[in-house]
Amino acid sequence: MDLFILSIVVLIYLLMVGYVGYVAWKRTKSSEDYLVAGRNTHPYIMALSYGATFISTAAIVGFGGTAGVYGMGLLWLTFLNILVGIFIAFVFFGKRTRKMGHNLNALTFPEFLSKRFNSRFIQYFSGIVIFVAMPLYASVVLIGMARFVETTLGINYTFALVAMAVIVAVYVIFGGIRGVMYTDALQGTIMFFGMGFLLVFTYWLLGGVIHANELLSGMSAMIPKAAAATGATGWTSMPITGSPFWWTLVSTLILGVGIGVLSQPQLVVRFMTVKSNKELNRAVLIGGVFIAMMTGTAFIVGALSNVYFMQHSGQLAIQAAGGNADKIIPLFISAAMPLWFAYVFMIALLSAAMSTLSAQFHLQGTALGRDIYQTIARKTGGSSVRVARIGIVIAVVIAVILGLILPANIIAVGTAMWFSLTAVAFLAMYVCALFWKRTTKEGAIAGLVVGTFFTAFSYLFINQKAAEALGVCKALTGKVVIATAMPWPTVDPLIVGVPLAFILTIAVSLLTKAPERELLEKTFKEV
Amino acid sequence: MVLGISDPWISAAYVGCILATLLCVVYGILNWNKGDEEEQAQVSEEIKWHEKEKEMEEKELGLWDEEDY
Repeated sequence: MDLFILSIVVLIYLLMVGYVGYVAWKRTKSSEDYLVAGRNTHPYIMALSYGATFISTAAIVGFGGTAGVYGMGLLWLTFLNILVGIFIAFVFFGKRTRKMGHNLNALTFPEFLSKRFNSRFIQYFSGIVIFVAMPLYASVVLIGMARFVETTLGINYTFALVAMAVIVAVYVIFGGIRGVMYTDALQGTIMFFGMGFLLVFTYWLLGGVIHANELLSGMSAMIPKAAAATGATGWTSMPITGSPFWWTLVSTLILGVGIGVLSQPQLVVRFMTVKSNKELNRAVLIGGVFIAMMTGTAFIVGALSNVYFMQHSGQLAIQAAGGNADKIIPLFISAAMPLWFAYVFMIALLSAAMSTLSAQFHLQGTALGRDIYQTIARKTGGSSVRVARIGIVIAVVIAVILGLILPANIIAVGTAMWFSLTAVAFLAMYVCALFWKRTTKEGAIAGLVVGTFFTAFSYLFINQKAAEALGVCKALTGKVVIATAMPWPTVDPLIVGVPLAFILTIAVSLLTKAPERELLEKTFKEV
Repeated sequence: MVLGISDPWISAAYVGCILATLLCVVYGILNWNKGDEEEQAQVSEEIKWHEKEKEMEEKELGLWDEEDY
């Protein structure tokens, strides 16, 4: 790859993003503009911003590479992404959230929950959960980008990591969410065309849809022995039900992200940025097609890369990538795609990383400024925006440090951990907040607190992949996990945690005094 | 074999992705112009709310004196 051409391409791209960010910055006048973009966002911008925020380098590079190992079973995640992450999220959750968020005058997800239940504790506790856990997710997105730059350009990994973080931080600090959403839409458009080409070209390269899929089906006997021993059966067939391989695929990778998407703070806040349900109706169409193209392409191409590498180097994708699944997609792009596409894809990935990172940094900033500082110190306005900006700087620094110390094969696992944590901590409370008026403050808090600590404990001490990556259990007890009885080390905490949080929220609500009528009338006005 | 995939669970996911996308497209088209019936009411509500918010911030915090934005 020619570094000179690439520098020019990247420079043009950054100028475009910079210009769009500048236009948005000019329009950011109030703290409401900074936090929810003045609530009058265009449906195209909203849908692509939602999609581009949802889909990052973690989804494309991390999960795409994971599909190289786990195969097309991951397409169940694409199915859930479209049906749950777009259709159910927009039609059933989005419309209520928009109206109720407006009734309550909420500007962040924790604030929405706290005002719905009239509890400041919910706001700062949720803010702390976000501020503490988000850096892991942000860092794996950074890693995804840096790995691509490292593999295709031979640029130093550390340099790529730091440079990316600085670029994103600058425009989030100045533009707020309006800047974030405008640049997201531009980046989403670039991602869509990049991934569309990747899908078509890969199938063309391997002889058409059916032929390519058949070739992959024919490779099932070549599955690595270690994977076969844990239940893998091939790239176009599901693993043996109940095996460790099956539990990781289904509970962590598919359900974690597939269900967790509903209670993603950085996505929920986007519902509050539109004027009416019309924008959400239109966004369903745009978002559905976008997500299908993004994740569908990543998982299909990730799985099919096995056929390509077998034909050209006699190796499986994971072997060609030296055992690091995070490198499969970058390697496939640089080996199989035309050179010009590597440049385009670089921009698409840069877009994917920047759009998600900007939302993550923005969210962490608002969590510190608005949800923690402002709620505890009881100060509003200017000083909370200042603290939010300081929060962003802290978030960036932590993400970069994590990016340097986290192990290989971490992207998909790290992403799934964040999605599971938010699902267990927030989903029960959020669903009840929207659909069950009898939910009480105490019920919501019970589900939130128990869910959060349950997930944190599981990831630190029980779930093998997570405990291994985090290393806390090993440091404290000398063992990787405290319980080795199957299938628990491979079961995601969400499988137990989400039902647990729901049961607690409902049971405690029924045992405590019903919420005040006045609050409910205000909250559910015209819902 | 559907689409060259041997396991019906996987081909179901493959086809399911296409159907779910179609659902989003059809829903979007059918409801393209629906959902803004109360928009006018909302706009005036919004303007009222903005004024109140600004007044409150000015009075209580003197926020708009700052050059932050």
